Amino acid sequence: MHIPDGYLSPATCAVAYAAAIPFWRVALGRVKRAMNSRQIPLLSLFAALSFVIMMFNLPLPGGTTGHATGIGLATVVIGPWAAMIAVSVALIVQALFFGDGGVLAIGANCFNMAIAGSLVAYGVYRLVAGRSALGSARRVIAAGAAGYAAINVSALLAAIEFGIQPIFYKDASGAPLYCPYPLSVAIPAMMLGHLTIAGLAELAISAGVVAFLQRSDLSLLRSTAGGVRSHDEAGIQPRPLRSLWASLAVLLVLTPLGILTAGTAWGEWMASDFADPAARREIAAVSFRHAVPAHVPEGLQRLSTVWTAPFARYAPPYIRGALFGYLLSAMFGAGLIVMIFLLLGSFTRSAARLGSDAA
Amino acid sequence: MSDFHPNARGGFLENTLEGLHSAMERALYAESAAQRDGVLQRLDARVKVAGALSMLVAVALSMKLWVIGAIFALAIALAVTSLITIGALAGRAWLGALIFSGVIAIPAVFLTPGAPVFGSPMTVQGLRTGSFLIMRAVTASTLIFLLAYSTPWSHILKALRIFRVPVVFVVILGMTTRYILLLLETAHDMFLSRKSRRVNRLTPAETRRLAISSSGVLLHKTLHLSGEVYQAMQSRGFRGEVYLLDDFRMRSRDWFATGAFATLAAAFIFLGR
Repeated sequence: MHIPDGYLSPATCAVAYAAAIPFWRVALGRVKRAMNSRQIPLLSLFAALSFVIMMFNLPLPGGTTGHATGIGLATVVIGPWAAMIAVSVALIVQALFFGDGGVLAIGANCFNMAIAGSLVAYGVYRLVAGRSALGSARRVIAAGAAGYAAINVSALLAAIEFGIQPIFYKDASGAPLYCPYPLSVAIPAMMLGHLTIAGLAELAISAGVVAFLQRSDLSLLRSTAGGVRSHDEAGIQPRPLRSLWASLAVLLVLTPLGILTAGTAWGEWMASDFADPAARREIAAVSFRHAVPAHVPEGLQRLSTVWTAPFARYAPPYIRGALFGYLLSAMFGAGLIVMIFLLLGSFTRSAARLGSDAA
Repeated sequence: MSDFHPNARGGFLENTLEGLHSAMERALYAESAAQRDGVLQRLDARVKVAGALSMLVAVALSMKLWVIGAIFALAIALAVTSLITIGALAGRAWLGALIFSGVIAIPAVFLTPGAPVFGSPMTVQGLRTGSFLIMRAVTASTLIFLLAYSTPWSHILKALRIFRVPVVFVVILGMTTRYILLLLETAHDMFLSRKSRRVNRLTPAETRRLAISSSGVLLHKTLHLSGEVYQAMQSRGFRGEVYLLDDFRMRSRDWFATGAFATLAAAFIFLGR
């Protein structure tokens, strides 16, 4: 996910720097205000820790290995603003001295991973952890979800940055000047690896280290716990989400059953279905024998080409097995929905807090 | 560092130890190369940082392959005159850039729409875009490694002040580079001691547990060290105000190099339009 130089246009890099600078300024200001000068060595050492953790390759299901970035862990332990600085510093050191990620692309990499990643991780962690006790299993799940969401949002942003390059930057012959893949290729290609492999590595490290800290030094989880101090002082315990997640997992596993159903849902026809005799018969059968138009309706024809979904008909073109394609589509869709609701929840809570502060 | 490695060989301990060792070795090589008596080593760090960035911008802006090739040739010439071996550049800069960019560029040769090359599935536009990707990645990587291998890291970070990077950020960056080496060594020792006591190969579950507990222990050590470093800073008079010793001095050769870099970057940007 570390974007090297040469993949993004200078204009994209400049926009990414412009987007990152305000966050860096606010983060530095907040860190200075919230903490004392003790923060300087802490941030430096956390950046160094994040760098070293990136070198641990965990074995994952399927025979692959993946490494975590430490975004989720840093956010849970030192908070989103300090994590923003620490992860940015780690990324800058990697780009300048280890050639991992481009120097012109530092703004983009920091925006994707350090800034968006830390904010998403914090929102997800607070939302899932709620007011649970510091030593509760729910905080372990929350940390895992935070790491998983953070790395996937970062990957999605990187994919969007890659995917917009061929739209804007081509030479006279039509050859893309920077990343050549459009959004329809860049997004699934990036998300495939991150939803399944890199996300799992981040989840394992974030959840595992938080579980480790719960046994070894609970106080380290206090700064982002929103006032919750210990098991005894924990506030109202929200309903456990474990059964909900388990149900979601079971449903995901069962999604390939959808392949067994025949036909297309009413009104979900593609433009090509109007030229296919079998599809025409099917449309007529489910439309109370209404006559099917002889040609594709002009508006449908025109608008159907505006957007080509990367997971069209739940069968990504780059996945051969229909079963795996269906399952992958389900995982991607469910992950995206959960992420959107977690973000919405986070925004709602922030707005409510601001409202109560103003009152 | 890529995010996942489908073909990782060897055990977790061996691979991690190798990775940690290679990172430490790279840092040590950079420090020793920066002490040599070459052309770039004699220049002010600020000139080198500004020169490398201006060349990176020229590489990124160029819409002509030969211009990127010319910048690459200039970088090679600078490496040779700065006593940085081609082997070091190939192993540390080019190999990674070629592997990463090759994985992305090769499918683009076939997938990019355009005129076919002699009836093959490759397209002219695909070949061009693939060449752009690889040339840009390799040249940018060479420029950054030249900077990192010809300048002490602490000087590069101090030179960032010319871009108005806040002092506190530069101090954090500087401390990070120092403590990365310390933590790399600590992690290396932890894994080496584990390896020396191991009889059998670790199962994937054991490996995951080991990686997670090692990260946790490292986190504890980090926080403990942070407290000690802070006390050491306080004992030396640190009261929250951050200062940076700025001992850079521009000499005539630095001014000449600044002019040369600026002229070359402007020429490359003009020719690459």
